[in-house]
Amino acid sequence: MTQKFPITVTVNGTPYTREVEPRLLLSDFIRHELKLTGTHVGCEHGLCGACTILFDGEPARSCIMFAVMADGHDIKTVESLGTPDHLHPVQEAFMEKHALQCGFCTPGFLIDIVHYLGNNPNPTDEEIREAIDGNFCRCTGYHNIVEAVKLAAKKMAAARQGA
Amino acid sequence: MIYAAFKRSDFAHARILSIDTSEAEKLPGVIGVYTAKDFGDYIKPGPLQVPPPTAIKGSTYQVRTTLPIAIDKVRYSGEPVAIVLAESRYIAEDACDYIYLDVEPLPAVIDLEKALEPDSPLVHDDTTTNLAAHVVQERGNYAEAAAKADVVIKRKIHVDRVAGSALENRGMVVNWDERAQLMTIWCGSQSPITLRNQTAARLGLFENQVHVITPFTGGGFGPKINTSLPDDVLITYLAKKLGRPIKWLEDRRENFLSTTSERDQVHFAEIALTKDGIILGVKDVFIHNSGAYNPYMLTVPLNTQTHTVSNYRVPNFYTEIKMTWTNEMIVTPVRGAGRPQGVFVMERLLDAAAKELKMDPAEIRRKNLIQPDEYQVHTGIIGQDFVEGVLDSGDYPSSLAKTLDIIEYEKFRKEIQPRLRAEGKHVGIGICCFTEGTAVGPYEGAKVTVGSNGKVNVATGVASQGQAHFTTMAQIAADQLGVSYRDVNVTTGDTAAFAWGAGTFASRGITIAGTAVHLAAGKVRAKALELASKYLETPQEELEIADGVVRVADMPSKFITLGDLASRANPMRGTFPPGAEPGLEATAYYGPPYGATGAGAMAMIVDVDPETMAVKIDRLAIVHDCGTPVNPMIVEGQVHGGVQMGIGNAFFEKIHYDENGQLLTASFMDYLFPQATDMPAKMELGHVEVPSPLNPLGIKGVGEAGAIPTPAVFNQAVEDALYDTGVEILESNLSPSKIFTYVKKAKGK
Repeated sequence: MTQKFPITVTVNGTPYTREVEPRLLLSDFIRHELKLTGTHVGCEHGLCGACTILFDGEPARSCIMFAVMADGHDIKTVESLGTPDHLHPVQEAFMEKHALQCGFCTPGFLIDIVHYLGNNPNPTDEEIREAIDGNFCRCTGYHNIVEAVKLAAKKMAAARQGA
Repeated sequence: MIYAAFKRSDFAHARILSIDTSEAEKLPGVIGVYTAKDFGDYIKPGPLQVPPPTAIKGSTYQVRTTLPIAIDKVRYSGEPVAIVLAESRYIAEDACDYIYLDVEPLPAVIDLEKALEPDSPLVHDDTTTNLAAHVVQERGNYAEAAAKADVVIKRKIHVDRVAGSALENRGMVVNWDERAQLMTIWCGSQSPITLRNQTAARLGLFENQVHVITPFTGGGFGPKINTSLPDDVLITYLAKKLGRPIKWLEDRRENFLSTTSERDQVHFAEIALTKDGIILGVKDVFIHNSGAYNPYMLTVPLNTQTHTVSNYRVPNFYTEIKMTWTNEMIVTPVRGAGRPQGVFVMERLLDAAAKELKMDPAEIRRKNLIQPDEYQVHTGIIGQDFVEGVLDSGDYPSSLAKTLDIIEYEKFRKEIQPRLRAEGKHVGIGICCFTEGTAVGPYEGAKVTVGSNGKVNVATGVASQGQAHFTTMAQIAADQLGVSYRDVNVTTGDTAAFAWGAGTFASRGITIAGTAVHLAAGKVRAKALELASKYLETPQEELEIADGVVRVADMPSKFITLGDLASRANPMRGTFPPGAEPGLEATAYYGPPYGATGAGAMAMIVDVDPETMAVKIDRLAIVHDCGTPVNPMIVEGQVHGGVQMGIGNAFFEKIHYDENGQLLTASFMDYLFPQATDMPAKMELGHVEVPSPLNPLGIKGVGEAGAIPTPAVFNQAVEDALYDTGVEILESNLSPSKIFTYVKKAKGK
């Protein structure tokens, strides 16, 4: 298992070249090799959704992928969304609606919701629940997360109109 | 950094014959493999985390606290038998697979009733029984009450086990700095100060040689209150011995195997009533599963005793705990902590009584609730804080009435349900009441400091796992000091910032530590006014503190900023008045005489598919009284999360050990975590606000409220939906297949 392979992965727009063991999980690569610790690891078997990233634009669970599978691909992590001074509308909505408590699951939710609202700008409550059903949260009962998604949809619509 | 992994026993109960670590040690990248013998005298049972129940007359108990690593016998599946240190976590986990554990399997103690039979195998060989503790408490005389009753109803009721399942697993990084003689522990914890104290004691260090930091812990829910578990005991020792930083982090499977969990009680309960539905007495004898060891003593079952009848008038109440060891994971509190069991038992008894007496479930509850003019109510039952439970304040009838209003109980019963039933739908409604004993002692403290930048720092010993202490404690300090809450920085869970306290548990953070913040900020305010009076040459009564300054109330241009005052409060030369304390800083502690009791009621409407027994929760209403809310949005968030956990407990989640003590639910594939579509389509909250007289802010806790009544309400609603089957469901942690089995039995098939 000590043999290493070179990979080049573009993460949040920056290409990184590293040598990795073939069994290195993509989540561990992102967190420990690239030091992008916004991607959280809650179960390591693909159920909880905390480690969700965008892989070539589609949501994927980085804890059940190997880093070598990302060679030549494009990844976006939660760090790509906003900064403390310039939050993404979904992040703003989470803050305003108290949609996070401990915040551990939040990065996965944000990634999934940003992607979902990109394709479904005006979802119903039921559609929102379906959309976030693959992400586990233990603190909020999902209630305020649904509220935040609705608010984010409004914010993004307003921004589109303004643009 | 080096990485730790544990070799855990697959057997729940077995005598260790040998542990062969030689192949694991040969693996490249492995630094060391350690079994009990490598630690010598260091391996001994850990300290009790909670004192024994000596305050309760006649109680008996035995103490068998957690062993950090199995020596000659394993007592639960998942108990560590070896720890590996390696250059990477991957290698450390590989090495565990190369450790060969040879055992003589022993019959496992799993069934709670059989555990107490005379011929049961023993979890601890040096005892004569698995009975770890026995506690009887009684107010009035139940036997006499039952003799006079028109109706006595008896039921056997079972509440099964659930996991805390914080999304962030437990883990830690431990560093020993040999030159500074200082250990630093970064970890997720609900009790950093206890962890520091117990680590220091064990390693022969002073408390200030162990620095525990718990930054932004990803959820607690109870289990992270524990210290002196195998991981922290062994990893701190090895970090000091090797002088290298060590990291250990559970994955989810390991979390299920190595993190404590709770519930699992079997109750033999009875209720005595008049034919009008007035409760004369309740008797409850229950077996409580403590797991393989009992470091947490009786906190959980005492909570069950204090929550069984607390919101109803029950003049005669007999309650008996039989706590037993089993070959399962150690039981310590999980959000709810014994309270849901008590409420489940009482509410199930009331439901049975309502059916027997042909009364409406809401009516029988309304009739028996404690009335608002009865406080304070002395319950005669000693609780987890070892003083008699006292209901400090409340208005239970209003909570019930408001809940019934929100869910439109009358309309549902009279119009909606008959119509839907006529359409062939199986819809049902449930309504239950509960109390939530919160904010127990002993104490917490806070230090409030104004910096020369004019901003305020608050430090407290409680750690945060998502309860928004950074917001609420800032609000409390800001109110006293006339600054914006944005200018208040809150530090929690850093033993260097504040060295005293007990921890974040029992819905006590904002009530106990929040009150300490209020008191400390009040002292700083007094100090600021006194100093400003001197500099502004104005009597204190004519000053006001607002907008970050102290000013003359009717001459706002005459002011001094808090930052200036802070600098002047720490003179560098000259004299210092006797008795004065430097800085615009103060520390205060708060400990209540007994806990503040929140309460409420919950109603639920369910739609059951009679073919598949899938249950959909259409509506849920909960009304709660947590006294004066510091921040209503945060209170609601706490209730939402509690409800989700309650729904999990009612219908999805169950820690399942088979008869051999094998854990069958060690992944999120097998342990069903409630997801967004499992939650009620409509969840509505209401509030009743009766300030607690116990603390100056009038607060009661709220963290566990939502989790407490949910399983009881769920069962009642499901039975109501399946009214045509006559089914009665006397356990929680249900599933479609379990309901199906109950219905089949009810139909006599």
